[in-house]
Amino acid sequence: MKFLGLLWANLRRRKTRLIVTLLSILVAFFLYTYLSAVKTAFTSGLDIAGADRLVTIHKVSLIQLLPVSYAQRIANVEGVEQVVHATWFGGYYQDPRNQLGVFPTTEAYFDIYPEIGISDEHMQAWRRDRTGVLVGMASMNRFGWKVGDKLPITTSIWGNKNGSDTWEFTIAGTYDAAKEGVDTTAIIFHYDYFNEARAFGQDMVGWYILRIDNPDRAEEISKEIDALFANSPYETKTSPEKAFMQGFMSQIGNIGAIFIAVVGVVFFTLLLVAGNTMAQSVRERTPEIAVLKALGFSNPRIVTMLLAESLLLAVLGGGAGLGLAWWMVTAGGDPTGGYLPAFFVASGDLVAGIAMILFLGLAAGLLPAWQAARLNTVEAFRKVV
Amino acid sequence: MQQATRLSDDATLVRVADLHKQFRRGAETLDVLNGLTLDIPRGEFLALMGPSGSGKTTLLNLLGGIDRPTSGSIHIGGQRIDTLSDSALARWRSRHVGFVFQLYHLLPVLNAEKNVELPLLLTGLGRKERMTRVHAALELVGLSDRAKHKPAELSGGQEQRVGIARAIVTDPDLLLCDEPTGDLDRKSGDQILDLLQAMNREQGKTVIMVTHDPHAAARASRIQHMNKGVLADASEA
Repeated sequence: MKFLGLLWANLRRRKTRLIVTLLSILVAFFLYTYLSAVKTAFTSGLDIAGADRLVTIHKVSLIQLLPVSYAQRIANVEGVEQVVHATWFGGYYQDPRNQLGVFPTTEAYFDIYPEIGISDEHMQAWRRDRTGVLVGMASMNRFGWKVGDKLPITTSIWGNKNGSDTWEFTIAGTYDAAKEGVDTTAIIFHYDYFNEARAFGQDMVGWYILRIDNPDRAEEISKEIDALFANSPYETKTSPEKAFMQGFMSQIGNIGAIFIAVVGVVFFTLLLVAGNTMAQSVRERTPEIAVLKALGFSNPRIVTMLLAESLLLAVLGGGAGLGLAWWMVTAGGDPTGGYLPAFFVASGDLVAGIAMILFLGLAAGLLPAWQAARLNTVEAFRKVV
Repeated sequence: MQQATRLSDDATLVRVADLHKQFRRGAETLDVLNGLTLDIPRGEFLALMGPSGSGKTTLLNLLGGIDRPTSGSIHIGGQRIDTLSDSALARWRSRHVGFVFQLYHLLPVLNAEKNVELPLLLTGLGRKERMTRVHAALELVGLSDRAKHKPAELSGGQEQRVGIARAIVTDPDLLLCDEPTGDLDRKSGDQILDLLQAMNREQGKTVIMVTHDPHAAARASRIQHMNKGVLADASEA
C-alpha cells in the first residue's frame, strides 16, 4: 500500500493520455458487459434447458402441427415421466409491434418447468377461469397490466369461431422466474379453450415437452418416440431441449459467435492501446527508473510496481466500464422495452470480465516491465548526461 | 537518525584492490579502470578529480554498487560487494549508500517530501516514522518550508538540497556525489558544498565527490586525482 501514492502519481503524469486510455478501456468493457447481457437474452433458454427434458416436434418443421392424441402414446414410452404440449399462438397486444409469446397449454406445463414460479392463489384463479391467462411479470410490467384486466390479443394465425382474429382473455394471475434467466415475457392460456374456440386445426398441437427419468437415456428414448410415429402422416423429431433451443436460436444467427468476434476485436485493440500507453510511460521515465534502481529498488520490485501500475489502469477503466454497464442493465432494464425474454449480466460473464481486466493489466504491463528490469542503470544515466 | 544495520567499524570504510573495468564499444574494448587500488578511511571527505574519461564516475558507480567491475574487489565496511547478487546488491545500496547526482534526478511527479521518502519505502518503517525522518532530513538541508513543492517549483540549488535530503534520509555510511555542483551557479554550489561539509563533519558521513571544479574539490579533506583509470597522485587539503 505504501507504493500506491507512487503508482498513482506515475499514472497521472500525463493527464490527457491517462483520460483517453481510461476512456478507451471503459468503453470496451462497457461494450463487453452490455453485449454479454444481450447474448444472455438470446441464449438464456439454453442455460435453463433441462437435461431431463426432451422436445418432440413435427419432423418437417416446428410450424407443422402434431395430433394431440400423441400425448398418451408418448407417455407410454418407458422412461417418460410426464408429457405436456404447447402451441405457438403468435399474438400481439393492440399494435403488431407489441409481439408476445402466447401459448395455449395445460397445467402440467408448470410441473415440467419448476423454474417458473407461480403462487397457489394465482394457479387456482387460472383453473377457475376458462378464458384466463397467466402473464409473466416482464410483460405485466412492460404494459402496466393488473390481475383482472381484460386482455385482447390479436393473432395472425388463429382466427376464432366468431370470425375474429382478436381473442378476449382475462388476466387470472402472474408468474415469475424462480431461477435467473427464465423468460417471463410469455402469456399462457388454457388449451381446452383454444381448441374449442379456434376456427380450424382442432386437436392439433405445436410440440410436446416431456420429462424423462434418466438424461443418459435421452437419445434412446428420442429414437423410440420417433419410431412410434415413423411412416405416419405426422412423423416426429425428438431431441433434448437444449439441442431444440440451439436449433431455434440458429434461425436468428449465431449470437455467441458474433459476441465473441466483437469482444475479441475490441479486446485485442485495447491491448495494443493500453500496452502502448504503458510502453510510452515507461520509456519517457527511463532516468527515473535508473534512479529508483540506484536508490535500492530491486528488479523484481520495479517489475512488480510497473505491473501494478498497469493493473491499476486496467482496473480503474475496466471496473468503471463493467460497473456502468451492469448498472445500466440492472437499473435500465431491457432496452427493447420487453422484447427480450431475459436481460441481465450473467455472473459467469461478470467473472470473465474481471478476469479479462486482470489479464489486460498484466499483459499490457509485461513488456515495459521486462524492459525496465533489463535497463542498465549506468547506461541510462549516461544517456541523460 | 538511527540505522538498523551498521557496517563494520573498521577505520577504513572503503577498500578497493586491483580494480579493472572494461567497456565494450562495438568491436573495441575500452579499459576505463586499470588495476586501481584505493583505501578510504571512515569519515573522510574525498574529492576525485581528473580529466573526462579518467574513470572517476565509473569508480563512483562501482563503489555505489550500480555497476560491476571486470575484475578486482571492492570491500565497503568489511563487506565485499562486487560478488553480491543483484537483489542483495540492491538491498545493500538501500541501506548503506546515498547518491547525489549532478542533475538531481528527482521524480517530477512527486513533491519534495515524497521524493525524500522514496528510499524509506524500502524499509519496514511505518508512515509516521517515515514522515518524521523525511522532515528531519528536509530540516537538515533547510527546506522544511518547501516540503510540498514539486521539483518544477524549486530552484536548482533547492532541488539539489532535496537530492541530498533523499541521500541522507536512510542514514547511510557513504555519500557518493557525482558533480553535485556541476549544474549550479557559484552561490548555490557553495551552499551545497557547505551542506556536504556539514554532513561530513557533523554527521560523520564519509563523502566521495567527483568534480571537475577545483573550488569544490578544495572543500574536501583529501583530493585524489585520476588519469587513465589509475590514481595519479594524492594531496591533502
